[in-house]
Amino acid sequence: MRSLLRVLLLASLLFAGAAIAQAIEPLPFKDHAEELRYQHLTAQLRCPMCQNETLADSNAPIARDLRNQIFQLMQHGQSDAQIKQYLVDRYSEFVLYDPPVARNTWLLWFGPLLILLVGAGVVVATIRKRSRAATPAASPAVNTLDEGDDW
Amino acid sequence: MTRLLPFIGFLLLAGLLGFGIWWNTGHDQTAIPSPLINKSAPDFKLPLLYEPTQTISRESMMGKPYLLNVFASWCIECGVEHPVLQAEAPTLGVALVGYNYKDAPDDAKAWLAAHGNPYSVLMTDTSGQTAIDFGVYAAPESFLVDAHGVIRYKHIGPITMDVLNNELKPAIAALQQEPR
Repeated sequence: MRSLLRVLLLASLLFAGAAIAQAIEPLPFKDHAEELRYQHLTAQLRCPMCQNETLADSNAPIARDLRNQIFQLMQHGQSDAQIKQYLVDRYSEFVLYDPPVARNTWLLWFGPLLILLVGAGVVVATIRKRSRAATPAASPAVNTLDEGDDW
Repeated sequence: MTRLLPFIGFLLLAGLLGFGIWWNTGHDQTAIPSPLINKSAPDFKLPLLYEPTQTISRESMMGKPYLLNVFASWCIECGVEHPVLQAEAPTLGVALVGYNYKDAPDDAKAWLAAHGNPYSVLMTDTSGQTAIDFGVYAAPESFLVDAHGVIRYKHIGPITMDVLNNELKPAIAALQQEPR
């Protein structure tokens, strides 16, 4: 019973998705694989006007134009990388949701790791200090001080 | 030292957030820097609004610098900058070229008849296809193109008196000082 429900739910979701996709923009895809590729590609690209929406989601006129352009470029046999480059050449790397790893994006890519390492260093230093302070004749004065420092 | 640590942390965080505020007041967050600056303007060939049988192209515009202004009758911000263009076009020192973007020619003509026409050349891109090559995403946008057909400056959004005096005119002056 449950599995039947699940199948029904899945089917209705799929149909709903297909219906919405067609209601917005019926593009003449030659097969399902091409449609999936198109949807995957437009979901990876950012609409330049609305800033925080993908080209796939956005209803802005420029997003519609760029979706059409991507479809046309696909029809001309361009690869995903070529299409992305086409857009980067015109709208800058802003359109890529995944910025490329380059010198000016190192901080962006590895900054979080750097912060994590600094944090780990602080934790290790604190633990060492506390264990050193606690072992030899643990002075109560230091301990109360430490607790007062509990920020 | 350990007692100062939270304070130092606070100062660092406050510094970072303060920098963020300072940065964002000086920069328009919605403006994407164009990768076309100091690159050759894309090839275009577009019909004139008033004489659609005639076209102009990147080549036919070469030889003199010009300011390409992307506008449309449906664009509200274009109405904001229009009085500035209307008043200042003769003092620019370069030709003001209109780029009518995704507009019905009749709407554009009616709009210009109502608000005035500051453009010395006026072309129309009804499909918006060429505008993609220019990286246009929101009218109004303006491109300063030099005598060799290279884009030297771009402004996204309406040209206000501030933008005109602080950015556009210095950019034009820099062009005019260059040896031809």
